[in-house]
Amino acid sequence: MWDFPFLPEQASTFAGEVDAFYFALVGVTAFFTIAIYAMIWVFSVRYRRGKKANRSNPPTHNNFLEAVWIVIPLGIALAIFGWSAKIFFDLRTPPQDVMEVHAIGKQWMWKFVNEDGKYEVNELHVPAGRAVQVKMISQDVLHDLYFPAFRTKQDVLPGRYTTLWFEATKPGTYHMFCAEYCGLLHSGMIGKIHVLKPEDYDTWLADVGRSATASGGGSGNAIVDGAQLFEEKVCHTCHKTNQAAIAPSLIGLYGSEETLADGSTVVIDDAYIRESIIDPQAKIVAGYQANMPTYKGQVSEEQIVQLIAYIKSLK
Amino acid sequence: MSGTTTATQTATASTATMPAKHFMNAKYGLKSWLLTRDHKRIAVLYLITVTAMFALGGIYAALIRLELLTPGGDFLSADAYNKAFSAHGIIMVFFFLLPSIPAIFGNFLIPIQVGAKDLAFPRINLLSWYLYVIGAALALIAIVAGGVDTGWTFYPPYSSQYSQSHVLLAGLGVFIAGFSSILTGLNFVVTIHKMRAPGMTWFRLPLFVWAHYATSLIMLLGTPVVAITILLLAVERVFGVGIFDPAIGGDPVLFQHLFWFYSHPAVYIMILPAMGVQSELVAAFARRRVFGYSFVAFSSLAIAIIGFVVWGHHMFVSGQSMYAGLVFSILTMLVAIPSAVKAFNWAMTMYKGSISYETPMLYAIGFLGLFVIGGLTGLFLGAMGLDIHLHDTYFVVAHFHYIMVGGAVMGFMGALHFYWPKISGRMYPDAWGRLSALIIFIGFNLTFFPQFIAGYLGMPRRYYMYDTDFHFWNLMSSAGASVLAVGYIMPLFYMAWSWIYGKPAGPNPWNAKGLEWTTQSPPTTFNFDETPIWNEEAYDYDPEESEAEYEKEFGTIN
Amino acid sequence: MSESHTHSHPQGLVHHFDDLKQQNEAATLGMWSFLITEILFFGGLITAYIVFRGLYPEVFLHASHTLDWRLGGVNTLVLLCSSLTMAFAVHASHEGKRDLAFWYLILTILFGTVFLVVKYFEYKSKVDHHLIPGTASFTFTEGGVDAGKAQIFFFLYFAMTGVHALHMVVGVCLVGWIARNVKKEMYTTDYYSPVEMTGLYWHFVDIVWIFLYPLLYLIDLTKTGGGGDHAMVNVKSLMKFFG
Repeated sequence: MWDFPFLPEQASTFAGEVDAFYFALVGVTAFFTIAIYAMIWVFSVRYRRGKKANRSNPPTHNNFLEAVWIVIPLGIALAIFGWSAKIFFDLRTPPQDVMEVHAIGKQWMWKFVNEDGKYEVNELHVPAGRAVQVKMISQDVLHDLYFPAFRTKQDVLPGRYTTLWFEATKPGTYHMFCAEYCGLLHSGMIGKIHVLKPEDYDTWLADVGRSATASGGGSGNAIVDGAQLFEEKVCHTCHKTNQAAIAPSLIGLYGSEETLADGSTVVIDDAYIRESIIDPQAKIVAGYQANMPTYKGQVSEEQIVQLIAYIKSLK
Repeated sequence: MSGTTTATQTATASTATMPAKHFMNAKYGLKSWLLTRDHKRIAVLYLITVTAMFALGGIYAALIRLELLTPGGDFLSADAYNKAFSAHGIIMVFFFLLPSIPAIFGNFLIPIQVGAKDLAFPRINLLSWYLYVIGAALALIAIVAGGVDTGWTFYPPYSSQYSQSHVLLAGLGVFIAGFSSILTGLNFVVTIHKMRAPGMTWFRLPLFVWAHYATSLIMLLGTPVVAITILLLAVERVFGVGIFDPAIGGDPVLFQHLFWFYSHPAVYIMILPAMGVQSELVAAFARRRVFGYSFVAFSSLAIAIIGFVVWGHHMFVSGQSMYAGLVFSILTMLVAIPSAVKAFNWAMTMYKGSISYETPMLYAIGFLGLFVIGGLTGLFLGAMGLDIHLHDTYFVVAHFHYIMVGGAVMGFMGALHFYWPKISGRMYPDAWGRLSALIIFIGFNLTFFPQFIAGYLGMPRRYYMYDTDFHFWNLMSSAGASVLAVGYIMPLFYMAWSWIYGKPAGPNPWNAKGLEWTTQSPPTTFNFDETPIWNEEAYDYDPEESEAEYEKEFGTIN
Repeated sequence: MSESHTHSHPQGLVHHFDDLKQQNEAATLGMWSFLITEILFFGGLITAYIVFRGLYPEVFLHASHTLDWRLGGVNTLVLLCSSLTMAFAVHASHEGKRDLAFWYLILTILFGTVFLVVKYFEYKSKVDHHLIPGTASFTFTEGGVDAGKAQIFFFLYFAMTGVHALHMVVGVCLVGWIARNVKKEMYTTDYYSPVEMTGLYWHFVDIVWIFLYPLLYLIDLTKTGGGGDHAMVNVKSLMKFFG
């Protein structure tokens, strides 16, 4: 309790610049606060009632002064905006080559699925020095995935994927919080993010024995669970995995571009796959009939992530 | 310094007697109050009810700080904590801050300051108070019946589908109180436009009136939007279907847009009237015309107008596009400018003044000092790159308390101490007033400054248990809150005491300028015997004359 | 009306105003301010409408087919007539023709009631066709669009027309009360601002309907369906902007 830090650890590529920006703003704040306090102090002492001072012709206005305290703060504000916009773009623009992790928020836990289909609950292992993008969705209410040590967060919405990315720099274990109020145990929706050295990460990845499983059991691997679900929900009767039938083949589909019935094109990504499961009529690929039934309410967000993981693995 | 300034007051006060007839003794009986159309009586009704709500909101604040004294959940259950911070937010925002200065002091003073007998629509004014009371009662019933646990922001889908608490009742209370706000704003706009006395031109109006004019515009244009939004939410909760429900293709983010379209300008409903009070106080106690009168006047309007297009800065991490974030961020930077203009003009008003330091002036200085920090920390949050880290942390909590408590409540306390003699006709003990102002200033900083640091460290808001990393700063904050509480409780006692035992104040205990100080204290039912004719500029003070009077009475002190 | 009413005051002047001119101006400004808040009130609903029409244009297109444009048209005509009679009533009050004003007000009430009756039958047909959002029996299959999203259309339909109908009910009551006052000779040629204010309110409610009618009923009059809603393309990109 008696050690009181002023900054969270700097453990991502953003942290240094965000902190520098923060201190710059602290400087601006200190400057203006001191300026105003100094004015109050000096005038209070000099012009206290009953104290002799020159009070002749007190000015009632001064357009030059007004211009000064409009233009200078405006310039500073715009400079702040410029710098913050630069940081913001960095925070919101992941590089091309990222390691993808899926996150599902539900009252009151975080579930993660990494590229190899490995599950984690309230814990996330990532390698240092590698850009990681988290694709998030909520099963119920609004949540927000927050890593103070990385200086980044993003709301997690029901019904739609949002993303955040970071590149961890310093191996260690850091806080993971839910930052959007989500009900009773909001403050319990916390966890740890473990940043590992790349070689340690590979070791961790290979250690399948310690993997968590999906809610309701399963194999402990999202790709395997997805394949099983694909059979269970009889997706395979139409979506033959090896040939185009009454529905498009899914092999090698992920990431490709398809033409829709109305002539527009769409990239087959997580959002498109999810929409096609929930509302299959919304975007029909050209040349196919709109005859897929909806799976709305029949699959959880976690299961959709499993299906996506499976479809992604079909190469 | 303290001894001599109090002496000035007692000198004026001791010669004054209470007027025989005034608005409070014009009629007796409960009915004469509950059916009154006198804006001053309605203001007193508001003063009583709003203060009660402030006390209740304060009790919830105390519960929150007690719970956060330790990192574990030792004092309240998670459920009780969630309901406590929701009650605190709903009561303080909708039933204290929004009506506080406008409905009490605006109501009391605007007709007198513009030289009218009453507001334009006295019956609508009374209706406003009843709507407020009904809204507050519904919110209280919701709290007594088991509470609300959505926070004051009512974000769906939690509020519409998941919360098991009394969201509907509380929402209805907010909805109804919203109409109270709309009608008050409407009354002010019409009164300021149409009821000004001969000679009371727009640029002779006190800046208090200008600030309330800007406030009223926001009340008129913003409140209906939140009203319909809450209505849609209520329908969604009752019938299980609606436009915010993602399960059927609705959009919870749309709620946030509609909510903040009102609720950000609503922040200015809270702070603009306090800024109006600030102008009155600084001018009166520095014996100076407010420096750059027209800049201060127009900056109120600028704040009101720009305030309507910055709402998206509450949503940088909500999932809106990066470009929307950019636009809202730059607009947010612009809204900082009129606030800066005001701050510098108030400080400059003290230059070459003849400054005395009675209680209201201490509150005015406190306001300026805290508002500067509150405003500048707003830049941290308006800057997207940093807001990503700070959003929904205690940094936000600290920032808006610096504006709401450091700004709006300091303004409220300043107005209370400045206009109390006008309302009650009696003086309160100034020494006690100054002591409480000092305690509040210190207690406030002790409470909320540590929260900036806890926030930057990453402590999320609305957490009832937290990591030990944040313990030190929370401990500081809880300790400070106890000091702050003492500061707020003291005025309850000495104000109540002065209501009966205070020395009669006379028409103008502060030697201030303005139409309201030409009437007796308390004023008569129709304020003026005949329509006044006003030939003065606003704040027609002369610091040299003030010094000459002072010297005649007390001699110089150095 | 006021506590110290003296005989030197003209009829209708409330004590705290200097003269009738000031009082009338205050009333007019007050009413206009109120109507502006009303615009914002409906504005929230219309914003929601634009958002979802932008998101799901084809759903709105198909769902709008269930609304009978002829009934809506009749109601539009009825309201336009009521606005005319209301305007005549105000004019008659201005000229001091009390009986004429009274009967114009009664006509206005009649038109308003016809509107509400037609609205009732429209709502009833929605119930009969299982188009009440949020009920288990809700079914909508036209064009193969998602039934959930169709619920959003009907939700907005009921919200918008419902709030409008509520304003109509208030309006009819107001006009009734004003008609009673006219009959009781409470207004003079100098003081008839209550009639005028009620008229303003009535015209406003009428204008709201003029907006609601095309937004809800006339999305796809030719019933060609499909093909997308080209007017909404720009809105769609705006949606992306706000998330």
